[in-house]
Amino acid sequence: MPSLGTSFGRGGATVWLPDIANADCILIEGSNFAEAHPVGFRFVMEAKERGATIIHVDPRFTRTSAMADIYAPIRSGTDIAFLGGIINYVLTNERYFKEYVYAYTNASNIVSEKFQDTEDLDGVFSGYDKEGRVYDTSTWAYEKDERGHVKRDPSFQHPRCVLNLLRRHYSRYTAEMVERVCGIPPATFTKIADLLASNSGREKTTAFAYALGWTQHTDGVQMIRTAAVLQLLLGNIGRPGGGIMALRGHADIQGATDIATLYDLLPGYLPTPSALRDEQTLAAWLKTNTKPTGWWANTPKYMVSLLKAFYGEHAKAENDYCFDYLPQLIGDHSMLPLVFAMKDGTVKGYFAIGQNPGASNQNAGLTRAAMEQLEWFVNIDSYDNETVSFWRREGADPSKIGTEVFFLPAATVLEKEGTMTQTSRMLQWHDRAIKPLGDSKSDAWYFTWFAKRLKELYADSTDPKDRPIQHMTWDYDHDDPSERAKGEPSVLKVLQEINGYRVADGEQVASFTELKDDGSTACGGWIYSGVCPDKQNNRARNRDGSGPYTALNWGFAWPANRRTLYNRASADPDGKPWSERKKYVWWDESQGKWTGIDVPDFIATKAPNTPADPDGKGMDAHSGADPFIMMMDGRGQLFVASGLKDGPLPAHYEPVQSVVRNELYGQQSNPAYGEYRRDDNPYNGEVSDDYPYVLTTYRITEYSGIMTKYVPWLAELQPAAFAEIDPELAVEKGIKNGGWVTISTATGDMEARALVSGRMQPLRVTSKGQRKRVHQIGVPYNFGEMTGLARGDSVGNLIPIALDPNVSIHESKTLTCNIRAGRRPPRHRDRIDAPVPAQERDPLGQPIGDWAKAHHGHGYQHMQGDEHGGSEV
Amino acid sequence: MATGFFTDTTLCIGCKACEVACKQWNELPSDGFAFSGNSYDNTVELSGTTWRHVAFVEQTMPTEDGVANRWLMSSDVCKHCTNAGCMEACPTGAIIRNEYDSVFIQPDVCNGCGYCVVSCPFGVVDLIERFDPEGTHYNLASLSEERVEEQKTALQGHGGVAGKCTLCYDRQKLGFVPACAKACPTESIQFGNIDELRERARARVETLTKRGIHAELYGADDAGGGVGPLNAFFLLTDRPEAYNLPAEPVLPSTRQPAGYTAAAVTALGLAIAGWMIFRNA
Repeated sequence: MPSLGTSFGRGGATVWLPDIANADCILIEGSNFAEAHPVGFRFVMEAKERGATIIHVDPRFTRTSAMADIYAPIRSGTDIAFLGGIINYVLTNERYFKEYVYAYTNASNIVSEKFQDTEDLDGVFSGYDKEGRVYDTSTWAYEKDERGHVKRDPSFQHPRCVLNLLRRHYSRYTAEMVERVCGIPPATFTKIADLLASNSGREKTTAFAYALGWTQHTDGVQMIRTAAVLQLLLGNIGRPGGGIMALRGHADIQGATDIATLYDLLPGYLPTPSALRDEQTLAAWLKTNTKPTGWWANTPKYMVSLLKAFYGEHAKAENDYCFDYLPQLIGDHSMLPLVFAMKDGTVKGYFAIGQNPGASNQNAGLTRAAMEQLEWFVNIDSYDNETVSFWRREGADPSKIGTEVFFLPAATVLEKEGTMTQTSRMLQWHDRAIKPLGDSKSDAWYFTWFAKRLKELYADSTDPKDRPIQHMTWDYDHDDPSERAKGEPSVLKVLQEINGYRVADGEQVASFTELKDDGSTACGGWIYSGVCPDKQNNRARNRDGSGPYTALNWGFAWPANRRTLYNRASADPDGKPWSERKKYVWWDESQGKWTGIDVPDFIATKAPNTPADPDGKGMDAHSGADPFIMMMDGRGQLFVASGLKDGPLPAHYEPVQSVVRNELYGQQSNPAYGEYRRDDNPYNGEVSDDYPYVLTTYRITEYSGIMTKYVPWLAELQPAAFAEIDPELAVEKGIKNGGWVTISTATGDMEARALVSGRMQPLRVTSKGQRKRVHQIGVPYNFGEMTGLARGDSVGNLIPIALDPNVSIHESKTLTCNIRAGRRPPRHRDRIDAPVPAQERDPLGQPIGDWAKAHHGHGYQHMQGDEHGGSEV
Repeated sequence: MATGFFTDTTLCIGCKACEVACKQWNELPSDGFAFSGNSYDNTVELSGTTWRHVAFVEQTMPTEDGVANRWLMSSDVCKHCTNAGCMEACPTGAIIRNEYDSVFIQPDVCNGCGYCVVSCPFGVVDLIERFDPEGTHYNLASLSEERVEEQKTALQGHGGVAGKCTLCYDRQKLGFVPACAKACPTESIQFGNIDELRERARARVETLTKRGIHAELYGADDAGGGVGPLNAFFLLTDRPEAYNLPAEPVLPSTRQPAGYTAAAVTALGLAIAGWMIFRNA
């Protein structure tokens, strides 16, 4: 989530679901809210009942569109052009929330004269290295005065102040351009732009909601950034009924990034150290990752406390708190690069837990082929799935596969206890409802015993490299003797460790403000601090919904139980609510503190008129009117000077595989995207006559993961893989509703049942001055060939691997394809399965160019910016 | 107290949670895994083992800029008619009106004759097929061995009789809201005292009309054709036929007087004709 991180300071949704009901207008784009988040959608319906206008922009008319007041069909992957058009509209017509923008954003910052915009370089920014396919971001910096402070122009006259750069950058994003690129008629566009502007300002707020429809693109981070810029201009961040709702796909995806399944992040969004940066000692790591100003000045406290939690008594000041025990990155070790490394034989073992990459990975055929090269594979799941059964897939010869496969039964969510962190950043505890069936065990059980056995195996080793295992703390034994006898760890103890405690007496800390950098405190994930403020209190268990609608005694939302982030911005610079109607958090002069219906996201007693100390450290550098406390300058970032790898301002690029040429610039696609030129990862080409249709993928309400496909009540609701096709294309291709179709790309093919519907509609766009009719085909991403009651080919077989430069996310939401009536031929071994020539290989599975050097360790940029740049959390 | 459902289709998002919650609570099998090609609707209709069914109605109209779409969703259910055709037709007395004023089939009394099936003006009631323990329609795979036996026994009890919504009689007895209404995330399915629901529905029509939305109630008052008011009624935004609901439902027994008269007239006519033919013989 570096887009939200670099714009506002934390990589989480800025709002929480029930607050959407307070919006006056809701723009849902890049999300099928009603289908993918039906329970959360009740708050959209509530807003609608209160009179809010619901707008849905999507390539398909979905169940969300059916509920919307306005639906605009858009060509898949052109959201930056659309939102950029609205930014242009808002700036040109002077409809931005001036007081908010002037006070709370970096609009007045003056950018360096070395900076060159896409306007100057036909679609790339200054600093681009064509050979290495990476940016040197140093020219994106701000101009500084002699004391090293960023220059500002509060009169907004300077041509290089951020506001004027924005005007220039988006000047070509006109309503006509939006029509040419996105296929949205100018009348519809203007209506939506006007609605957003009319429903923002002092009296009203507009909320944005997005999900994977914005994420899964080679410029996905920049799509979300465009929304962030627009919401800052409209003054909707930190205010009730405003903000950006990042809808998370699974129950605990937020928790998974918080505490911390990403390879480049330690718990609490602390970057994993890297061998390619000067981070080989704790002091060096702290130097790179501690910010002089803003909340991240506290980084040393969080890192040292984390190391104390990891290594206990062994972590001491004299040994750098065991900092050198942490593994160091040497490239991009995210999931898809690892698949290439497996295929080429670098990676020899693989754990897949709670996921089904054999069906859901992009280029799923490659994943299954790569698994044949492994020495061993461990799958922990509740059901048979395409991944663990890769050796018996169509076209495979099990007698020639040497991989040793271990399939371990997992307890389901009802069979274990613990917390889940949902989309509103809220931790909620759930109890165990039934005992695990048969030999099934919780994931915590498996990892406890992996750890315990490893410690036992290495107990007598004198080799220094084994000390991280020997010294790792692992004291989660259950207090209940019967649970302990079964080997079940206490997940409550894990949560208590995440909360943090004082080393001397073992007492819990009440909040992350109590953490120290001298080794006297331990904390497994500082952002959750406060969830277990004492041994008897687990706030994730709280279920008191009384009081104001913020219901602060229901669950625990990080950080510090705040519901709406940056809520200082719900008051004006003087600390008064912008309006009575949108009152939320304000300065109470008589009590000398911030108050309201939420926990203030601000230093509680810092008065609004407190001046900033330009030479101050930490929070002293912020004034009492700087609401974005994680940022070095306390402001929302319209321009991101550093922290992003593909530009300080979002610019529209075509998808890597598109049906048209970029109308806006000479540069066709994101110049920094992660490309693999390998035989087993073929692309359709930038624009190819062989693949004339747009393909978009999504999930449907009826399923989530593998377990749902074993439920007959769900399988009967959507029994087969299907493709949604517009009637015009169906007639042209002789496709009958309900009949079979085969969809193909250079990467692979799949068959599905045709669902011909007027909900899919061809769009009129322009490519190189030529009018063009674009057909879009939609295929759900839920099916797999081999397991479950409802089976079908996975669309993952069709999508080549191409990565966003900031987070290595793939481009599943938009690509090109061909389609014909009828079923596909039987599968046989092809070039996806064959070994690739040595010259195409990278031992770490990195894309071409200087990817490994420039793009490893994305965690770095989650919090790393320049002096006034972005950060995570 | 008379209870019922008010299904407000303007709030339905088509998530089908009602269908699944109903089947889970009532331990009903799936109806098979056939792809219908009919929008997102693959259960297609109410049956002996599908007691809630979400209809998906796609309406597409060409416009200057492309097309205008409307996608109506509506969760259909047994109407629990004031004058229930199924109940009148039942020869064994298996179908009764219970203390919640719902039309309830007693499975232990039902002999599976099927008279109710053809007598329902809405095509709701259907016979439940014989239970096939090997069938994949049942959610047996995920159960422990003891539970499989228990489940098989429970399912066997359903076989060969007529089935339809019970308005979750068992849940109501425990003070619970019916499973479908409980699961509905958007309050499209509202459960409660039928008089209160009717009042609420009328207010809702007024609200929607003020907003310029065409809204009409279906079955809140007399549904016509002798059926009377429905205890499960609907708020629609199009004609009932669009949702596959009969515009003029008819209780079969209301046709009896006309039928008997026609039979009597025919008999009389035949008698006269016979008399005329054989008069000269």
